[in-house]
Amino acid sequence: MLTGWEVFLEAAIKAVAVFAMLLTVTILLVWMERKIVADMQNRIGPYRAGPWGILQTVADGLKLLFKESVTPRKVDYAIYIAAPVAALVPALLIFLVIPIGQPFHIGDRLIELSGTDLNVGVLYILSLSSMAVYAVVLAGWSSGSKYPLLGAVRASAQMISYEAAMGLALVPVILFTRTASLTGIVDAQGGDTLGFLGVWNVVLVPSFVIFFISGIAETNRAPFDLVEAENELVGGYHTEYSGFRFAMFFLAEYINIFNISAITVTLFLGGWYGPDFGTPAAVAWVFPILWFFLKTFLLVFVFIWVRATLPRMRYDQLMSFGWKRLIPASLLWIALSTLAVAYRRLGLPWT
Amino acid sequence: MGWFSEMLGPFQGFATTFRQMFKPRVTVSYPREKRVKPQRFHGRHILNRYPDGMEKCIGCELCAGVCPARCIYVRGADNPPEQPVSPGERFGFVYDINMLRCIFCGLCVEACPTEAITMTHLFEMSVTNRADAIYTKAELLVEPDGTPNHPQPANPLIDLDELRLGSGWLRATSPSGRADYEGVTAWTPSATAGDLPPEQGQRRPGPAAGEADEVAAAGDVDRDGEEAP
Repeated sequence: MLTGWEVFLEAAIKAVAVFAMLLTVTILLVWMERKIVADMQNRIGPYRAGPWGILQTVADGLKLLFKESVTPRKVDYAIYIAAPVAALVPALLIFLVIPIGQPFHIGDRLIELSGTDLNVGVLYILSLSSMAVYAVVLAGWSSGSKYPLLGAVRASAQMISYEAAMGLALVPVILFTRTASLTGIVDAQGGDTLGFLGVWNVVLVPSFVIFFISGIAETNRAPFDLVEAENELVGGYHTEYSGFRFAMFFLAEYINIFNISAITVTLFLGGWYGPDFGTPAAVAWVFPILWFFLKTFLLVFVFIWVRATLPRMRYDQLMSFGWKRLIPASLLWIALSTLAVAYRRLGLPWT
Repeated sequence: MGWFSEMLGPFQGFATTFRQMFKPRVTVSYPREKRVKPQRFHGRHILNRYPDGMEKCIGCELCAGVCPARCIYVRGADNPPEQPVSPGERFGFVYDINMLRCIFCGLCVEACPTEAITMTHLFEMSVTNRADAIYTKAELLVEPDGTPNHPQPANPLIDLDELRLGSGWLRATSPSGRADYEGVTAWTPSATAGDLPPEQGQRRPGPAAGEADEVAAAGDVDRDGEEAP
């Protein structure tokens, strides 16, 4: 029987596991980015710390821990301290609703490989990713210095506009799958339509493209990295942060990259579904997890690829692209997909 | 099709960056592997000796005079008659180069009338004390057998054999500074590098009658003879 104690234990294990996984993945991610960008620029990249330099991030992180956290005299101290936490917490929380593998049984107890299955999972993700704006704006405001403030002003405008496009891009997905729970959306993409694959939501190409572009903008990555544009704003919102507080911003940025990739995989690329090559039931949980991480890291690679390829956009280009291209395009796509869904369910109006 | 290729335009950049991933790296992982330096590399200076052990420097201070960074300090002294240090009247009694000021332009090498100062291939000269960056005659002058000196011991960074490659820069200058002598070797042998062979397109002014005439016709037999010890 389910006791309260068991439920609590399961939740605690899952939360700690997600936390540890995200931190490990971040270490990999930073190393991956440095290596891949180096490859694309005919350089070598980090190679001294550990095999292929894989421990470079660990070394950098330790260095940040031991550095002094300089506090400028003009900061608004309470907000200044709270901002890095406000950046990191939503980044860690978002991942809790993403299913990373097939549910399996321990005894007669069904364990789902996600933190929890919210029936409003998509809304949960959207609301938490809007929380990230607060961290950036508060950090910029409380630093009491001009460059962080400029970065924060840019961030508020950029992230709010792209948040709109992002939310609108998700509407057709919910319309087609008829659920807002991420587990439900993954289940809707399963099946054996093409022999081994289900019909992934990636057939909703406009949604996929708009969501991924806004995802890049939401994480403040190149070519939308005006918020922290090094050569204009020194470091943007985190100019006045050093030591571990800076490390928290850094961590949040990379966890967000992983989150956006994982969400895109879950919503559009079939989540953990993939060919399992007829593995026996005892180890059936292996392949789904592998597929999930494979797909996610593929999208992370695209993130890095975009960063290595495209130059930073101008501010007015960024705004006009968001408001005049992405949002109208997603509105049009919502209208079209609504008609398609209505036709599938009700038939043509004159029949 | 115009609009189609225009639409694909932004994506050609992605193909470019992807292709770059499979191209050879241009980075050299420096301390582990070192690039072969060009023959006329401007590295640390040495003060040469003739093969018989005599110092080439005659203390004329032309190097100090031409130095744009004014990093060379020379003081000449009269040769002791019974034990001459250099073949001329005087020799370089003090010879200091401040490597922190030196810009490695090589004008001292060009100015030197006796090819006493040349530049080698060694450039790893970091010091932890500013005073150590001033190289005195003790470090600059090679041993009588041609072995160069260096303030730091040999290690993975400091390859002392590079200090033996001090002759390349001489070949860059027109022999004796005169265009008439193009194609004729005019450098003197040194204890470090020995008697350097002529380079491609050059010949040694030898005893052969035809060549001697040619040199005489060029009009400066004496100067050419003077440079040999």
